[in-house]
Amino acid sequence: MKAKVTVMLKQGVLDPQGEAVRHALGALGFDGVAGVRQGKVIELDLADGTSEATVTEMCEKLLANTVIESYRIEID
Amino acid sequence: MKAAVLQFPGSNCDRDMAVALRRAGADVTAVWHKDNGLPDGVDLVAVPGGFSFGDYLRCGAIAANSPICKALVAHADRGGYVLGVCNGFQVLTETGLLPGALMRNTNLKYICKTVELKVETANSAFTEGYASGDTITVPIAHHDGNYFADDAVLASLRDADRVAFTYRDNPNGSVADIAGILSENRRVLGMMPHPERAADPAHGGTDGAALFRTLVGQLTDA
Repeated sequence: MKAKVTVMLKQGVLDPQGEAVRHALGALGFDGVAGVRQGKVIELDLADGTSEATVTEMCEKLLANTVIESYRIEID
Repeated sequence: MKAAVLQFPGSNCDRDMAVALRRAGADVTAVWHKDNGLPDGVDLVAVPGGFSFGDYLRCGAIAANSPICKALVAHADRGGYVLGVCNGFQVLTETGLLPGALMRNTNLKYICKTVELKVETANSAFTEGYASGDTITVPIAHHDGNYFADDAVLASLRDADRVAFTYRDNPNGSVADIAGILSENRRVLGMMPHPERAADPAHGGTDGAALFRTLVGQLTDA
């Protein structure tokens, strides 16, 4: 089984990389990009039967820093 | 007084840290990240600067989960002293020994220059060699030194006089200009600037030497 973890900076935490991407899109002539947030996607190849609770624990302990980041888990 | 300097793959300020501590009179042992324990009787654990584990995932995140960091947390929980500089500060926030997090600099650039710091409190074994309000000149060298903490944490840091150093001219976007903070028991200091790189006249400045001198002096008397 596979799990996909998406880690994003929390709302309210300034994302300087996303801001730089937004500026670059504007410079390329793409109008109307009001905001860009950049995060990361982590794909996990897991033993069958791994519970979502276990993946949550992985996120809490390592994959995300919950001081500044939120995460979303999708299990296939 | 016995000090241990942790070494991770990618640490690059470990020897400078050891030199600064030895010069101040400490008996220094280097400790590898796979070691399960610290040498007996260690008073201070120093977590040096560098790029532990290539800054993979987040700066300091992998190091914070290495075997030696379990011993580091236990040492701090026993009331032991800990100094984390640069990547070491990032490791300390990732272990939860210090609150907040260090994010990418707001200008997205790696910044390597000498900056002025304001000593915010002289009330710690690390900073009592300075006077509160002093300006000291110390180098910074980091890409992710932008300190972030939410308002509640900031208020608690301020109320308990736990902000050790602030930038006179904020280089990286850190909230409240914060460059270094203390733990609740004032025995854990994390800071982005490098006092060990301003500890010898050959460095071009010696403003960092007082930190090591007073710290080692305090722990030797104790």
